[in-house]
Amino acid sequence: MSFSWAKPYEPKQPFMRWLDERLPLPRLVYGAIGGGYPVPRNLNYWWNFGVLAGLFLTIQIVTGIVLAMWYFASADGAFNSVEHIMRDVNAGWALRYIHMNGASFFFIVTYIHIFRGLFYGSYKAPRELVWMLGLVIYLLMMATAFMGYVLPWGQMSYWGAQVITGFFSAFPLVGEPVRVWLLGGYAPDQAALTRFFSLHYLLPFVIAAVVVLHIWALHIPGSSNPTGVDVKEEKDTLPFHPFYTAKDGWAAAAFLTVFALFVYFAPNYLGHPDNYIPANPLATPAHIVPEWYFWPFYAILRAFTVDFILPAKLWGVLAMFSSILILFFLPWLDKSPVRSGSYRPVFKRFFLLLVLDVLILGFCGGAPATPLYVAISQLAAAYYFAHFLIILPLVSAFERTLPLPDSISSSALHGEKKEAAPAGITPRRGATAIAE
Amino acid sequence: MADVPVTAGDGVRRRDFLNVAAVSFAGVGAVAAISPLLVQMSPPADVLALSTTEVDISKVQRGQGIKTVWRKQPVFVRNLTDKEIAEANAVPLSDLRDPETLQQRTKAGHTNWLITLGVCTHLGCVPLGIGEGENKGPYGGYFCPCHGSMYDTAARIRQGPAPKNLVVPDYNFTSPTTVVIGAKG
Repeated sequence: MSFSWAKPYEPKQPFMRWLDERLPLPRLVYGAIGGGYPVPRNLNYWWNFGVLAGLFLTIQIVTGIVLAMWYFASADGAFNSVEHIMRDVNAGWALRYIHMNGASFFFIVTYIHIFRGLFYGSYKAPRELVWMLGLVIYLLMMATAFMGYVLPWGQMSYWGAQVITGFFSAFPLVGEPVRVWLLGGYAPDQAALTRFFSLHYLLPFVIAAVVVLHIWALHIPGSSNPTGVDVKEEKDTLPFHPFYTAKDGWAAAAFLTVFALFVYFAPNYLGHPDNYIPANPLATPAHIVPEWYFWPFYAILRAFTVDFILPAKLWGVLAMFSSILILFFLPWLDKSPVRSGSYRPVFKRFFLLLVLDVLILGFCGGAPATPLYVAISQLAAAYYFAHFLIILPLVSAFERTLPLPDSISSSALHGEKKEAAPAGITPRRGATAIAE
Repeated sequence: MADVPVTAGDGVRRRDFLNVAAVSFAGVGAVAAISPLLVQMSPPADVLALSTTEVDISKVQRGQGIKTVWRKQPVFVRNLTDKEIAEANAVPLSDLRDPETLQQRTKAGHTNWLITLGVCTHLGCVPLGIGEGENKGPYGGYFCPCHGSMYDTAARIRQGPAPKNLVVPDYNFTSPTTVVIGAKG
């Protein structure tokens, strides 16, 4: 794993040497996130979001474990226990608001992380498995977030559970029995609530395990970088610690500031007021939508309104699942040997269109299902699939890419001599850009 | 140990048979051990015990409806007016996505009593239209606010994303004013 110039772990204290010979855990940490992991020196801020996602996973697990100490997974008591946490438990309001907004922010950093990977070709050889493991984490996150949203047993919780388990009833013959089996009843009730709580507690630890695999697979070729050029020599890299621990620490502080603004000043901005009404199995809220991070998929689901061989409902469900599954095939849909979008002028434009398309889908998914928004969703959903199935293969076949830099260091290192010179003194002209 | 084949000729040894038999036995045992983990997910006995609900319909006038609960799901019991019955019967079956007549969806002698689940067949929301003053939609039956499915006066799907008519549960009249939902007549 890693490059030949990676510094080996050298324990200095006798105890650490003793430990290293018996259980080389510090060696593992040093090689993974310490001075023993060389990282390309040109990473930009988009590369901070993987560590930020790990930070939010930790926040969710820690606050979740504490909330579970007060929460009752009972159809009669769940709603009241959440209100009890909010009103009576010491600092309960803070823990719950952190957990609630932490889920949204976990998705924000994950979406940025995914689009970083899409732009810089992080899914290409030799990192296909890193990409696919990341998608597995994303799917697990969506399942965990959905089940967590059901737990407060408010109106949106209840009807979210009803609608999402209703997806399964779209499948012919087996659909309805599968739905009843998943719910443990004919409608969401005690059985569904308890099993969702059990799985909501389990899945974050499964996510943590897949994160370990994701990082393990990443550390075989090492991190990608904004030029997409492979690391060739030691000059191209910096040790993870202290360089990237410092940079990630800065990014974490900056992002947590934004997070704190939401937690303390707009804690319910990303939620729905209807979820402060206790679940009522006999009345559906007038405007039922999922949490914002599911809106693009919800728009794709609702985009199918006409029966064509299969019922429209089944098409919607299949398209929604396909919109994520298609990403698993990305390494083989985009065959361009150039990784970074910075050197792919045509790809770059289509990438921006894709970002815009997903934002439009998200907007339509959050809006009421009026004919206008459904029509826009239909166009945007068609474009989403066209991007991956038609545009990307064609672009990678016909695009003339820009010349790549010779190496990471030749692209990243310039002007260091000037920066290092005393103020007011210009270094000798004609000094070469590299390695000054 | 010498690796001496027990049976000559086809290359299959007695040891191979023992290996396959032992692993198969353990495999079947493992699958059998999983079954309680799977069947525990199905509705438990107390949920199934709520499988019938008795409803007193003596107070429901023509043109009115009530919402009751069967197996934790809303049920609409509606006393249709003659006009609503005529409207339902006037629709040709070829116009319907899920063709059924009002006669097929009601009991003989009680054709004014339309009893359906109040669960939209799209994604399970509760449609509007059973309560006084609720939006009945353009076909005079039910309107689902979630994704805009519209049902007619026989609770048949007419427009919108839902694939099927509102489900008619098993029920029978035990007296002219009492219906048992969940029991076949």
